[in-house]
Amino acid sequence: MNSNKILPVENERQLSPSEKKGLATYWWKILSIVLLLFTIIAGFLFPVPAQPILHETIRNLYFHVPMWFSMMTILFVSVWHSIKHLSQSNIESDIVASQAAHTGMLVGFLGLITGSLWARYTWGAWWVADTKLNGAAITMLIYLAYFVLRGSIDEEQKRARIAAVYNIFAFVMLIVFLLILPRMNDSLHPGNGGNPGFNKYDLDSTMRMVFYPAVAGWILLTVWIFTLRVRLEKLKRKILFND
Amino acid sequence: MINKLKTSTALIALLLFSFAGMAQPTQTIEMADGLYQSGKIYVVIIVVAIIFVGIVGYLISLDRKISRLEKELKNK
Repeated sequence: MNSNKILPVENERQLSPSEKKGLATYWWKILSIVLLLFTIIAGFLFPVPAQPILHETIRNLYFHVPMWFSMMTILFVSVWHSIKHLSQSNIESDIVASQAAHTGMLVGFLGLITGSLWARYTWGAWWVADTKLNGAAITMLIYLAYFVLRGSIDEEQKRARIAAVYNIFAFVMLIVFLLILPRMNDSLHPGNGGNPGFNKYDLDSTMRMVFYPAVAGWILLTVWIFTLRVRLEKLKRKILFND
Repeated sequence: MINKLKTSTALIALLLFSFAGMAQPTQTIEMADGLYQSGKIYVVIIVVAIIFVGIVGYLISLDRKISRLEKELKNK
């Protein structure tokens, strides 16, 4: 480190591995943009099966459903880092876990709002007391409690530890409310009532051709936002606490 | 006689209903065909694409700002 200070400005800083690689580190961001532009264009233009009640709203499949895929992915990242924190007591894992949960809430709320709007025009109501819908809402509340819990503990190590334990509980509840209970009950929502797949949409290969890239693209975009949040939080800590 | 007529009309009516029921799946489902035929769907696609590109552009600028800050902090 000392020798760096003598060197001219250009060489003063050692390039981090991520900077050396360049494209190798951000290719997935480009991929995300390309996939999502494809989703937007193909999602509107490609033919879709004419289904009663759904009509053109079937295209929402490319936008509403990936929100939930993204949420589950990023919340899995969150719980993964919570477990990592519990085994290694590394504060960085706690930062990553909390920022991932934040991002998960963002896409989760978008999924909830778009789902509500979709329901209004297909089922006729903004909200129906449906297993899947209420399950999603309860999951949101459980995760909101995670932030309340975090906010209520001042001591860092303690907060990280308790939040990590709660996060594991929250993720288990997410699996129960979003994946298990809807499958055990009848639901208006597709992909429920014993059928985990997208049943009738599954058969349409044109829709699948757009749906899979859409899911990948939205997940990557969510991860991108999440990494920005993590970097920002780390910067904040560096400036505020000099660590 | 009247009773027979009644039952037969009822039967015919039920039969017709059942046909109407069977005809349901072939019923045309309203899609936004007009929007596609007139080509105005492209306007919607372009609008959504512009918004998306705008948001992504914002994300990229944020990404760069954070990178710059990270570098500055490392140099300090």
